[in-house]
Amino acid sequence: MKVIKIDKKDWAGGLERSRNTYKLIGPVKEKDKDISSFKPLGKDMLPDLDVMATSVSPKSIVFPQEEVMLTYTTDESKEDCNLFKSHDKDYSPRAVIGIRPFDAAAFLLVKKNFDTPDYRDPYWCDAYEACTFIGLAINNPDSLDFSPSTKTGPFDTSGLDVLLVETEDSYLAQVVTEKGEAYLNAAGWENEAGNGVDKQIGDMKKAAETKITSSISYDKIKSKEILDLYNADFWDQASFACINCGTCTYVCPTCWCFDIQDETRGKKGIRTKAWDSCMFPLFTIHTTGHNPRGTKLQRVRQRFMHKLKYFMDKYDDGIMCVGCGRCIRSCPVNIDIRSICETMNNYEPAK
Amino acid sequence: MLGYIDKIRGISEKLLTEEKVDMVIGFKKGTIPMMNEPFVARNASEVKDFVWDSNCGINLANYLTDRKETIGIIAKGCDSRSIVNHIIENKITREQLIIIGVPCKGMIDHHEISSMFDTEITEVTENGSDIIVKGTDFEETLKKDSFLQKNCKVCVHRNPVIHDELVADMVDEQKDVDRFEEVNKIEVMSQEEKWNYFNDLLSPCIRCYACRNACPLCFCPTCFVDESKPQWVGKGPDPVDTRTFHFLRAYHMVGRCTDCGSCVRACPMGIDVRAFTKKSEKDCFELYGWEAGLSIDKRPALETFKQNDPEDFIK
Ligand code: SF4
Ligand code: SF4
Ligand code: SF4
Ligand code: SF4
Repeated sequence: MKVIKIDKKDWAGGLERSRNTYKLIGPVKEKDKDISSFKPLGKDMLPDLDVMATSVSPKSIVFPQEEVMLTYTTDESKEDCNLFKSHDKDYSPRAVIGIRPFDAAAFLLVKKNFDTPDYRDPYWCDAYEACTFIGLAINNPDSLDFSPSTKTGPFDTSGLDVLLVETEDSYLAQVVTEKGEAYLNAAGWENEAGNGVDKQIGDMKKAAETKITSSISYDKIKSKEILDLYNADFWDQASFACINCGTCTYVCPTCWCFDIQDETRGKKGIRTKAWDSCMFPLFTIHTTGHNPRGTKLQRVRQRFMHKLKYFMDKYDDGIMCVGCGRCIRSCPVNIDIRSICETMNNYEPAK
Repeated sequence: MLGYIDKIRGISEKLLTEEKVDMVIGFKKGTIPMMNEPFVARNASEVKDFVWDSNCGINLANYLTDRKETIGIIAKGCDSRSIVNHIIENKITREQLIIIGVPCKGMIDHHEISSMFDTEITEVTENGSDIIVKGTDFEETLKKDSFLQKNCKVCVHRNPVIHDELVADMVDEQKDVDRFEEVNKIEVMSQEEKWNYFNDLLSPCIRCYACRNACPLCFCPTCFVDESKPQWVGKGPDPVDTRTFHFLRAYHMVGRCTDCGSCVRACPMGIDVRAFTKKSEKDCFELYGWEAGLSIDKRPALETFKQNDPEDFIK
């Protein structure tokens, strides 16, 4: 793979040059707080490359917490009264700088849901296609990173267009796709790294992987009966502490559930798509008032069964998790997906 | 505080063995630093998992709501006051409970400690009045008293106000604290400053409702933000909807909030939503001499009327 060497002294300059073609998005840390998120990088703003996993995942770049899909008017004097019209969107090229490999891999996982042979969600897909992902390898994984157990890892390039590897005085930019190459050209970075760079990156990758301390196993879940797991007795204790907030699902890069809402103000209306969460009772309530997932236990079970069993059975491609550790870090009551996965994996129904 | 645990386990074991209760609610050790998990022991063999340290800030009264069993519950000062609230508001009966009181010296502010270090914290331990914070490339000793949750810094009810068992001698209550210092600072702001202050405060809010759900008072079967027939509040992060949620919720807390800090502790974005409730706590105290959750025999401020109640603030 072609590798370009970017001198750190030319980092800000290159980003600036690329702004002629791309809007830039990157991790930003809130001042004096341990809170960070991906934000549009205004003029003179640089991505904060020390942030490991932002508090909230970058999924909102492609799947905003709320986005307008359609607009309408209820004004009967207008010809298009009560007709939905498409809403103007900006899908000009944008580059996501400093996204971590597991977060980029999460987009591929979510794509399975939004881009299928039968159905293509135009909002998600158009926004996704507008992005060039300039990822940053994780040299020093934190203690909650279990990404290698989930088919990605600290140097994984699967979801990326370019993988940056940070060394003392430079970024080694591994070109993964043509889109990535186009970005590097726009930034004016073109010095190919010399011989031995592949080995250098390979060694750094190995070093990073050996620093991973967290892992999960789900090898035995596939062969278990859905109903055995569903009816297992451990859910009562496993769900006891959960307060059914939306934190775990909102911070997660792979949670994809949303709600559709119509909001009318005066005679003008919008139809929006907004994040929803399987942890909320409102998520499943029927118009009759009946709620098929009316209890906390049912909702907690749904989250983990979807991520660790239903997804696996449906797609036969691992679990619906990239091991970023965010839900573990943010849960107010310490519900830990690693422990629940282990309980599920080791569960044997009483004969 | 660490010394409490043998007592907690012992009392819990006895209650479960003698079948005085169906379950005991406490904490077990968390899987990450500064985090413990609320935990229920249903038989004596499980009490070994109970822990007690300065990371037990989640209010356990929240786990009592509408339960039918007989329950042993570990309660620090604020939990005990929220239990009183629950009894007054018919969310549990006194007879169902055996309250295992824990005199408290304050819980540590995990948001503040996390924001102090640029690299990851991998371990936090306690030694008397010291907290030892470790990362892969650092180790630092902090004075616990300086890193208490903000509500704990100004708490004047550290001892359980109601209990059946007590795990240790009562601790001295804090005397010289200015309980309403934070509110006073906001009160003197101009209208514009207030607007900016609350805008900044709420701007990181992702509307995950962890604050609401961690609060023992938020037990409505359907919260107003979840009403769908008709819908009252938009679901996205629109600032108007976010403010509506926080303002209305704050009004629902008046005369009930015990300043336990569970809401702030739970917030993944580190927002101090007590900025709202603290004002109502102050008003209740100054206007009606009312403090929530001190006695099961008194009715709350907003539920009673006296002819000489002050009313000059009504405009
Ligand atoms: S698992 Fe934790 S973060 Fe998720 S809903 Fe439950 S309490 Fe909230
Ligand atoms: S389930 Fe948790 S660890 Fe897995 S991708 Fe989502 S937030 Fe990350
Ligand atoms: S509003 Fe916050 S401080 Fe007040 S009782 Fe509820 S959780 Fe505790
Ligand atoms: S917990 Fe924090 S982020 Fe979540 S709704 Fe409450 S204030 Fe907002």
